[in-house]
Amino acid sequence: MSTLVFLEHHGNELLKPSLGVLSKATTLDQDVSGVVLGSGVRGLAEQAGKFGAARVFVADRPELEAPLPQPRVDALAGLVRDREFDTVLFASSVLAADVAGGLAARLGAGLNWDLTDLVQQNGSLIGKRPALGDTVYVDVGWKDGPRLALIRPGTFDPQGVAETPSVEIEDLEPQFEDFSLAATMVEQAHAESEGPSIEDADVIVAGGRGLGAPENFKLVEELAQALGGAVAATRAVVDAGWYPYATQVGQTGKSVSPKLYIACGISGAIQHKVGMQGSGLIVAINKDPNAPIFEYSDLGVVGDLNDVVPKLTELVRQRKS
Amino acid sequence: MKIAVCVKHVPEQSKRIDPATKRLDRSGEGAINPFDVHAVEEALKLKEDRGGEVVVVSMGPAGAQDSVRKALAMGADSALLITDEAAAGSDLVATANVLAAALESEAPDLVLFGQQAGDSDGAVLWAAVADRLHRPVISQVANLSVADGKVRGKRQTEFGYDVIEAPIPAVLAVSDAINEPRYPSLKGIMGARSKPQRTVSLSELGLEGGVTGEAGSKTVVQALSDPPPRGDTVKIEDDGSAAEKIVEFLAERKLV
Repeated sequence: MSTLVFLEHHGNELLKPSLGVLSKATTLDQDVSGVVLGSGVRGLAEQAGKFGAARVFVADRPELEAPLPQPRVDALAGLVRDREFDTVLFASSVLAADVAGGLAARLGAGLNWDLTDLVQQNGSLIGKRPALGDTVYVDVGWKDGPRLALIRPGTFDPQGVAETPSVEIEDLEPQFEDFSLAATMVEQAHAESEGPSIEDADVIVAGGRGLGAPENFKLVEELAQALGGAVAATRAVVDAGWYPYATQVGQTGKSVSPKLYIACGISGAIQHKVGMQGSGLIVAINKDPNAPIFEYSDLGVVGDLNDVVPKLTELVRQRKS
Repeated sequence: MKIAVCVKHVPEQSKRIDPATKRLDRSGEGAINPFDVHAVEEALKLKEDRGGEVVVVSMGPAGAQDSVRKALAMGADSALLITDEAAAGSDLVATANVLAAALESEAPDLVLFGQQAGDSDGAVLWAAVADRLHRPVISQVANLSVADGKVRGKRQTEFGYDVIEAPIPAVLAVSDAINEPRYPSLKGIMGARSKPQRTVSLSELGLEGGVTGEAGSKTVVQALSDPPPRGDTVKIEDDGSAAEKIVEFLAERKLV
């Protein structure tokens, strides 16, 4: 086995989910390499050694400055072919998914996604993937190499192995395709507004598209205030401009683990679930009895949140006074 | 401007995996992947703004005709359905091979995808297709504009909003926050049947069996198992007392 881990970075830091995948890879393979692609990123390679990478490939090029997928596909395809890596692992993200999809096509390789575990079984690599709204677990494999995998973020924790790592750093000179450089970043990672942090809250009341209109967030805010909690939102309503980005829970937002999470008008798609499934107790209020969120709520209420939430707020206020 | 929208026909309700073939059971009723409806809507808006045509492209069983027709009823102009027994069981690359061949024959200015497949949770196909077509790709687009031969997409990532620009022709995947899809009008539904709809096999696209279907796939499904057990879940219908019940539930656990 020869494993390559794609190490994503932001703000001059390697990202935790990538380091988690790197740590996991070192339990499956003795010779794990990492790859860092960017501009001015050479210093990041050392960090990867602390998490068990024997070797880190670095492509430090202006074409790789913006976090766009296609030049990264070029760099990885060349590296995987030259060094004959048989396994390439990614911690899933907006960027990593696009890189992995493009690389699969370029190499004619198999890509399995949304994996929550990787194991060696009778000499072959097997990925575990929850499917159909996590109602069934599928063991997925690859016919041959290179084997590409996207791991659900937060699945593996980074495990530091060496304080003073002896990591071998190799520079790459990728060749870029014209079409890979066609897309350009006009404005990058602009957070549109700042809100209260939801990561430390013990109680979170979250609102989704089922609220029906942005002004109905006041129901959520009042309940949160009564409970002494914070307000969170789903990606759909944040993208629609109903609520600030800083409050977003889910795959492209924050991961939260309060003692109590009350979901109002949230259907509970998998992208939301991955951001809040660590909550102590989950209460869901939704008018659709088939909403996926009921499958992982401790208490599910099928009903109109316009009735239930104000009443609940009032009852909580009465108890507290 | 010619816009191709890739749509997937996905099983409705009672989704199950066939234990024998380990493929998703596609024998029951199906419907257009809800995420793809946003891509159809965005294509129609672009056409209304700028003129041009919208072609729906789908790969799937014969029943996928229903999904194609839904897109036509919304307002798309024509459809191309690739249906072939040899394409069943296709993984990502096997699917990308077929779609890329179909899209090459259509030569659109823009190719639009929805943000993910509602059945497989896959959210990577556009990237594979763009690579096959040698075109720039922008994914997760929540706001899209076209000007001066370029397309611009605003999209959300883990860190905030990016704005990305690419020359046309390009491949885009739109997020479900981009628009509120229209419902087909009665006139649209009635008119859908008479719109040009082609159904083609793999050989008609000039493809050989080895590049797609199970034979052309590099991933395999080995086994199925039940998810790990979870704690009990309680589900109640609101009969006017749900708020009291929630408070009781929280009080028992000392959360209020």
